[in-house]
Amino acid sequence: MIELENVAYSYSGGALFSDISLRLAPGSFHFLTGPSGAGKTTFLKLCYGALLPTAGQVTIFDKDLAALTRDDIAILRRRMGVVHQDCQFLDHLTLSENLALPLIASDRAAEDAQQDLEDLMAWVDLTHRADALPPELSGGERQRAALARGVIMSPDVIIADEPTGNVDWEMSQRLLRLLVELNKMGKTVLVATHDLSLIRAAKSQVQARVLRIASNRVQLAGADL
Amino acid sequence: MSLLWRTDGQAGRVVPPSGFTAHLLVFAAAAMAFLAVFALALSLASGRLAARWGDELAQSATIRIVAPLEQRDAQTEAALRILQTTAGVAFARALDTEEQQALLAPWFGPELDIENLPVPQLIEVIEEDTGFDAAGLRLRLAAEVPGAVLDDHTQWRAPLVEAADRLRLLGGISIVLLAVTMAAVVTLAANAALAANAQVIKVLRLVGATDQFIAQAFVRRFTGRALAGALGGTLLGMVAVLLLPPASDAGGFLTGLGFQGLEWALPLLIPLLAAVVAFGATGWSAKRVLGELA
Ligand SMILES: Nc1ncnc2c1ncn2[C@@H]1O[C@H](COP(=O)(O)OP(=O)(O)OP(=O)(O)O)[C@@H](O)[C@H]1O
Ligand SMILES: [Mg+2]
Repeated sequence: MIELENVAYSYSGGALFSDISLRLAPGSFHFLTGPSGAGKTTFLKLCYGALLPTAGQVTIFDKDLAALTRDDIAILRRRMGVVHQDCQFLDHLTLSENLALPLIASDRAAEDAQQDLEDLMAWVDLTHRADALPPELSGGERQRAALARGVIMSPDVIIADEPTGNVDWEMSQRLLRLLVELNKMGKTVLVATHDLSLIRAAKSQVQARVLRIASNRVQLAGADL
Repeated sequence: MSLLWRTDGQAGRVVPPSGFTAHLLVFAAAAMAFLAVFALALSLASGRLAARWGDELAQSATIRIVAPLEQRDAQTEAALRILQTTAGVAFARALDTEEQQALLAPWFGPELDIENLPVPQLIEVIEEDTGFDAAGLRLRLAAEVPGAVLDDHTQWRAPLVEAADRLRLLGGISIVLLAVTMAAVVTLAANAALAANAQVIKVLRLVGATDQFIAQAFVRRFTGRALAGALGGTLLGMVAVLLLPPASDAGGFLTGLGFQGLEWALPLLIPLLAAVVAFGATGWSAKRVLGELA
């Protein structure tokens, strides 16, 4: 599904990653942990093609990212649900319009998508906020909305960056259940989080593996969490 | 809860409305369309004028025979003979006494005894569509009919027609300049909007929008504004032309400015032209900026 081969990445400062080789198998569930500033967000961006590696090769859906045009990557993204740490909404559109953006951008804003959208809004408990503008939402509401937008296209891969950072325990369990549910439907899931209790809760529901960023590497963590 | 936009015409909404700039663009489009209506009216009116002056005067010429009384008839005969063998002359005849008298009556009264006065004999010449070689005819007349003076109207007609043609050209140039200015204004506005909306473009890319989708969203916005503005400006311009004083002989050229009959449909092409120009200019800007924002 997503494969990294000898990938290195550095911002203008120093090297953030070097020599990472990793494969996210279809249908797998991975967590990504590491201290703040370790590079979780950066790693995810490499995985969904927002950044190109400074060395090595990233392959998504069997396609070498470096060989793709901007539009090719945009079209690949329709098969990937990405939930950003900072949510990324269009502030002049209502919440429901924002959730529908992936459908609109891919010309799939049809009648039958309407029901999916309503179901999803109910699932993340935002039906009553459908006509609110993003700046009027709380941090937690924004995160729930971002997750809903990430999965609306029923993508093959879901990549979420701290999807539960701002919500209470109960809501985080609910969001986790949505991710687990999607994983059981065969979707590949990659979630960056520093919330170890979330990982523990997930492990009781699904076979999740944990990747940890340490000293420029991304490695599978042991079972001891 | 209105969730989805069913008609893709509304996809332009992904671009935030930018109140002030939007109004400026609409205003600029309206102003230029208004001016274009007048440029068009000028162009059409001068075209009409040139055609009329050309047509009315090109088909006839006059020859005056200025000679002593006893030679007048002989020279007139000679001139008519020459005219009969001149290519491009359809018809030529000497005006008879009554006709000449009628022409002079306003000045000298009807009692004038024209037969015995050294009044020039007039010969009316009707040309064929191809016209005749005036210089050549003049040479032949000079050789055989010393008293003949050919007046083919070209001397004073040509500069008028030329002036009218020049005016028509200026009207055309004005329309082209207005279109180019429109393109420049739209390009500036589109560039500013694209740069100001880098974040919007980023979000759209994150949700899987292609460059074409993003460009279209901007193109729709700007084409719509240009079309709306130009339509308003054109209608105002047409009303203004309509309110000009009606054409009259006394006013001559000035009061002839306007549209006649089917010509009224032509200004309606101006909003279309504005929309096409805006479409092209925005598409081109979007392509460039999206490439740079890679
Ligand atoms: N665009 C950028 N240019 C330069 N440096 C950057 C950029 N983005 C991130 N960094 C740096 O790279 C490092 C990793 O950033 P990243 O956002 O990937 O960390 P993170 O693990 O997601 O942190 P957090 O848990 O706080 O979200 C940080 O030191 C950050 O300052
Ligand atoms: Mg981060």
